[in-house]
Amino acid sequence: MARTQGAIAAGREATSRPAAMAGRPPRSRRRLRKAAELTALLGPPIVLFVGFVIVPMIFAAWYSLYNWSGFGPLSDFIGFQNYSGVLTGPVFHQALLHNVIIAVLSLVIQLPVSIGLALLLNWRVRSRTVLRLAVFAPFVLSEATAAVMWYELLQPGGPVDALLEAVGLGGLVHYWLASTSLVLYTVFAVATWKYIGFGIVLLLAGLQGIPPELREAAAIDGATPWQVTRTITLPLLAPTIRIWIFLSVIGSLQLFDLVWIMTMGGPANASSTMLTYQYVNGVERTQFGYGATVSVVLFVISLVFALAYQRYALRRDTAGALTRAVM
Amino acid sequence: MRGTRKPAIVATAVAAALTIAACSSSSSSSTSASSSSTGSSTTTKVTLTWWNNGNTQPLLGVWQSVAAAFHASHPNVTVSIDPIQSDLFVTKMPIALKSDNPPDVFQQWGGGQEATQYTSGKLANLSSLTSSWISELGTAAVGWQVNGQQYGIPYDQHVVGFWYRKDLFAKAGITAAPTTIAQLESDDAKLKAAGITPIAVGGGSRWPDAFYWEYFAVRECSESVLQSSIKAINMTAPCFTQATKDLTAFMATSPFQGGFNATQAQTGAGSSAGLLANGKAGMELQGDWETSVVPALTTNKNIVSDLGWFPFPQVPGGAGNPTAVLSGGDGFSCTTGASEPACAEFLQYIDSTPVQEQLVQKANIGLPANSAAESVLTDPALQAAAKAHDTAAYQAVYFDIAFPTNPGQALDNALADFFAGKGTNETIINSVSSSSGH
Repeated sequence: MARTQGAIAAGREATSRPAAMAGRPPRSRRRLRKAAELTALLGPPIVLFVGFVIVPMIFAAWYSLYNWSGFGPLSDFIGFQNYSGVLTGPVFHQALLHNVIIAVLSLVIQLPVSIGLALLLNWRVRSRTVLRLAVFAPFVLSEATAAVMWYELLQPGGPVDALLEAVGLGGLVHYWLASTSLVLYTVFAVATWKYIGFGIVLLLAGLQGIPPELREAAAIDGATPWQVTRTITLPLLAPTIRIWIFLSVIGSLQLFDLVWIMTMGGPANASSTMLTYQYVNGVERTQFGYGATVSVVLFVISLVFALAYQRYALRRDTAGALTRAVM
Repeated sequence: MRGTRKPAIVATAVAAALTIAACSSSSSSSTSASSSSTGSSTTTKVTLTWWNNGNTQPLLGVWQSVAAAFHASHPNVTVSIDPIQSDLFVTKMPIALKSDNPPDVFQQWGGGQEATQYTSGKLANLSSLTSSWISELGTAAVGWQVNGQQYGIPYDQHVVGFWYRKDLFAKAGITAAPTTIAQLESDDAKLKAAGITPIAVGGGSRWPDAFYWEYFAVRECSESVLQSSIKAINMTAPCFTQATKDLTAFMATSPFQGGFNATQAQTGAGSSAGLLANGKAGMELQGDWETSVVPALTTNKNIVSDLGWFPFPQVPGGAGNPTAVLSGGDGFSCTTGASEPACAEFLQYIDSTPVQEQLVQKANIGLPANSAAESVLTDPALQAAAKAHDTAAYQAVYFDIAFPTNPGQALDNALADFFAGKGTNETIINSVSSSSGH
């Protein structure tokens, strides 16, 4: 709409403009054109963002102040009672702890493995493309498919147990999904299988961006491959690693599909996450006010992490500076 | 260039965090033309939008033919079917009943869940529209009442009992079905001695766990205590604590398959129904729908005839009538509006004897709501289940349905936790009364 008006206005100006000034468009016309461009380019995303992010957020915050079953009008205003219920509930604390454990395990286990595999796959080895495809394949599967597949593989006496027994590791066979002390780590292992390919591809892209001259120069100066990796490659890969950490932590906080399909957060909440908690207590029990509260709490946790991470970890990257180690 | 990525990253996090919020905040304001006509269905054209859980064969096909036949006899009424998987009703109905265009007919399991939906003000009161024929269903329709008014109508009834493998019982030397818990435990021991897992339970799905405790409660509590406790949403009567003791003692005999806490109820050969279907367990405590579930989980074409049925055993000393059964059923509700008369006629049609017989014979629904159609039940095990249901002193509705949704689900969760070794009698008893405490 604004674009059309801008075009009409521009056309009117063009007909009334003295011929001598035709070489350079007047400032007002440029301003109009810029406004039209901005409207055309930013309009749709802003509409989507407001409609699907900001408005639901406002609704969630509004619902969270009510005791509401989802049926009938919002009439039972209870202030911040839902928030005290969520924040003081031991079951929510347990779920939050599980999210934190998954996030920490991701950093401690997935990150080094991803970096190692990315460095390996960056070498010019035979059938590199096939290997890259293989590690990336699980990421392409939908979470639901992966979850159903692993649920079946991990059945008592299922293929995983059979494989362990076949290679003489029958002593390691456990109730992978039924043991309350083991299930969270089983879920983490499946999540690692599912997402490690993404980390590797991200890091490979980062590796491609490192000029080979730097490595070659270091090698000519007598640096060993390990020294080159440690002092050239890894520091230059740091911005990519920091982005991976960000995505991994946010993903860990919002883990749902895999867990829900494999365990429904059970047994006895042993593999619950904030979102399975939200689904069980908000949706299944039709306590939508309470569920909205969990959403708001999760949103605040994610936002605080995102802003803090932006402020302290990504600032150097977003400012466009090279890392200090290289400078 | 990099600077522009900064807000984008935060936006990604925000968007992802809020997806779930968006799910719970939808309230459509668009209007539907599905039931825009006015007056009686016999004079004006009406389209009934019908949400049912017949999303797989054979029920899918039977509902299609029922809709077509109804349209043939009622040319002014068109039935538009929308099959939806059962679990999705939990999320879809609150949103649909808040919107201006809810379905005209939708799946209804009655009890406290129906009472929860009733608060939306969108459920049609069918009492006067069905008064001429509802008596044909006997007591079956009572579970679909709210405040004595008919806000839903059942089309089938369910009864929970033990399904067992006749071949495995014979292999273990068990000659007669157990009638007391002591006999059941002794049969468990015989099955174990023969290398057979006695009982499969789908603990991963949570609700199958609840059947055990609820049945012990039905055996321990008198009918009046049961009814008043459900009504008051309060399970502090001593008989419920006794039920927990019974369950604890029963579970101490380790009757279930290994890793049962993660076993799903009906999905795949590894599910509890699959274990029974494939001869990996001797029994399963399940609803009469078992006969419609097991054929898909095994290559054994005669699986249904391999199964026998016996009621939940008696518990000596319990105040409950030993013939009482844990029960429930499937039905439909209509939403308020112009389509109400046509909807009521449609539900009457579904409960008519010919359609009920069709549902029994072609869709394996188990026990029909209209007992006149029970004569076409041919499977001996189903006949035994139907007899136990019809001759029971009373039918106790599964507690998670009998209670309003929130305490009902809280009870299921507390019982699943108990099965996983992470609960006590107090967590079970308190789950319903403190269900706002999460």
